[in-house]
Amino acid sequence: MYPIIRKQVLNETTTLMEVEAPLVARKAKPGQFIIFRIDEEGERVPLTIAGFDREKGTVTIIFQKVGYTTEKLNSLNEGDSLMDFVGPLGEPSVTEGIKRAAVIGGGLGVAIAYPQAKALHEAGAEVDLIVGFRNQHLIILRDELEDACTNLIIMTDDGSNGNKGFVTQALEKQIQAGRDYDTVIAIGPLPMMKAVSEMTRPLQIKTIVSMNPIMIDGTGMCGGCRLTVGGETKFACVDGPDFDGHLVDFDEAMARGRMFRPEEARAREKHICNLTGEAR
Amino acid sequence: MPNLSMVKHPMPEQEPEVRARNFKEVALGYTREIAMEEAERCLNCKNSPCVSGCPVNVPIPNFIAKIREGDIQGAYQIIKSQNALPAICGRVCPQESQCESKCVRGIKGEPVAIGRLERFSADTAMSEGAAETEKKAPCGKKAAVIGSGPAGLTCAGELAKAGWDVTIYEALHTAGGVLMYGIPEFRLPKQLVSREIDGLKRMGVKIVTNAVAGKAFTVDELLEEGNDAVFIGSGAGLPNFQKIPGESLCGVYSANEFLTRLNLMKAYTFPEHDTPVKIGEHVAVIGGGNVAMDAARCAKRLGAEVTILYRRSEKEMPARAEEVHHAKEEGIIFRMLTAPTEIEGDENGFVKAIKCIEMQLGEPDERGRRRPVPVAGSDFAIPVETVIVAIGNSPNPLIKKTTPDLPTEKWGGIQADEMGRTGKKDVYAGGDAVTGAATVILAMGAGKKAAAAILEDHPD
Repeated sequence: MYPIIRKQVLNETTTLMEVEAPLVARKAKPGQFIIFRIDEEGERVPLTIAGFDREKGTVTIIFQKVGYTTEKLNSLNEGDSLMDFVGPLGEPSVTEGIKRAAVIGGGLGVAIAYPQAKALHEAGAEVDLIVGFRNQHLIILRDELEDACTNLIIMTDDGSNGNKGFVTQALEKQIQAGRDYDTVIAIGPLPMMKAVSEMTRPLQIKTIVSMNPIMIDGTGMCGGCRLTVGGETKFACVDGPDFDGHLVDFDEAMARGRMFRPEEARAREKHICNLTGEAR
Repeated sequence: MPNLSMVKHPMPEQEPEVRARNFKEVALGYTREIAMEEAERCLNCKNSPCVSGCPVNVPIPNFIAKIREGDIQGAYQIIKSQNALPAICGRVCPQESQCESKCVRGIKGEPVAIGRLERFSADTAMSEGAAETEKKAPCGKKAAVIGSGPAGLTCAGELAKAGWDVTIYEALHTAGGVLMYGIPEFRLPKQLVSREIDGLKRMGVKIVTNAVAGKAFTVDELLEEGNDAVFIGSGAGLPNFQKIPGESLCGVYSANEFLTRLNLMKAYTFPEHDTPVKIGEHVAVIGGGNVAMDAARCAKRLGAEVTILYRRSEKEMPARAEEVHHAKEEGIIFRMLTAPTEIEGDENGFVKAIKCIEMQLGEPDERGRRRPVPVAGSDFAIPVETVIVAIGNSPNPLIKKTTPDLPTEKWGGIQADEMGRTGKKDVYAGGDAVTGAATVILAMGAGKKAAAAILEDHPD
């Protein structure tokens, strides 16, 4: 069992949990992920590692309530335990050789962009961290983000923080203003990562994206997480999750992400029914 | 007076039309009466040719003699002396090409039903509460076993018997490897696998789940942490695809994914269990091995019409005859000499059909199997919502990547000799990680040999 030792609600849809998992904490690196399972009936869900403390033997995850299992995870509290928590899985992000980077996080992707930006910044790179939220109430980790970069740019869809627009627009503006990035790292929803990759392609700026497809075992056995990258089949769990954004077939990845939509809705109905105790 | 019947006593089974709708075990097992009668067919040959056909050398005539005497516990103990997992082997071993293929009774009729008798002994003895396997006093030696499939479990069991302190590291959340995630409930009830694993735990074997070798720890770290030997039984890895257009559409599963969803994650009970699976009404399964049969029969049980597409003829099919027979009985459609060329999707990216071409058999290939060649102009399409690709696996890269001095084959498999010794000191390997996809019993045989090598190389 893997006890939850800290729970922090970051905004109305996003929660942070610090989980005791010494075997994972020992080897975890930015860019890698874990798979958790809440209970005996639970599904296996991958989440990117948002932080780790090797001495305490803990791993931090940040998740959004987007489906049945993440709702259920969110209903747990400090002192509760997860049945399974396995990792670190996937290849760590490559930080060597990066001197001037734009790290872009959209929505929950901010939680994953944060450790990457921090690692780069600590390694001496100049880091512009561009993050986007729907509105200013949803902004998370502001202080941490501030400390993890050279420049922090926070965008909101509705402009409620005085900075209206998408992260892609902010990136474009930075580049037009003469910022000479050697690498752009984009982490977040597929349409955002696609848009960033499309923007940097003609400029020939190396662009890394972090893919988060459906997977089961996460160790290179089921093949559910396969993607087409540069015309070849790749497995996000062992070849990724980071890939060259200019080579990823995003349309295919988006279509594959929709595979179990109706089933997710069905599972959520069950959840509501469990919560309210109503017969359906 | 020996039983002179030319045929084996048939296995009592669930009726095909009933079992095609449930996940309960197909074969129900011999009763005591049937078993004792079948045991009378054994001639107790002096040179026991059957034993030479068994990868783990079970003293077959001896255990059958015990059944004849009505001493089922005795029969079980004899099997158990050589085979750590009799209830499993009795179900999933390809006896027709091993022990039973050497049986003298098979020359003029059907061989003795060795597999069914093995299963009967194990089931009966275990349900009556079999005596624990004897083990030696702790010898102070320590081993790490990577993977809890048939190779790892067998190796661990043998070492524990010899007094070793053994820890198994399993990547998934449940121990058992392919016995849990791959082979379906209706062929191998999971409760039975758990019972065998509990037996190992009672012998002192420790099992650490959620522990991924090559990620959470390396082989070298296991050695540095004081293990005298490491056995790698990590099994088969990444699923192969055909590299035809459309394999990334929604509705295309590798057999590994499809079977894992069902067997390990119990998706057939969704939404009671949280993992979904969806298959629609028409399913095509590509491949002709046991895994293809398992996938097809699972899909059938979920209510679909299932077609197996295999590019050679039935004669070349690698699946066990019994599996093919069961699949046919359950109404699976077989389209032999048929090769898929493309999977077609609809506007939302979901599978809508599979395009195929008919094949004919040409010249034999290097393994002597006649090579299939396409028949020009024979293209056709089958409307399906799901395609399951069951054409084998490639070795998992994780251990290879993090153990640079472990010699591997060009195709990625770990190099090991007949006894499981690798090119790295104190590191042994066996099962699919070495041979590529094979059978449960061959993996067990490899685990057993490696344990013998470990004991030989690390004398007290």
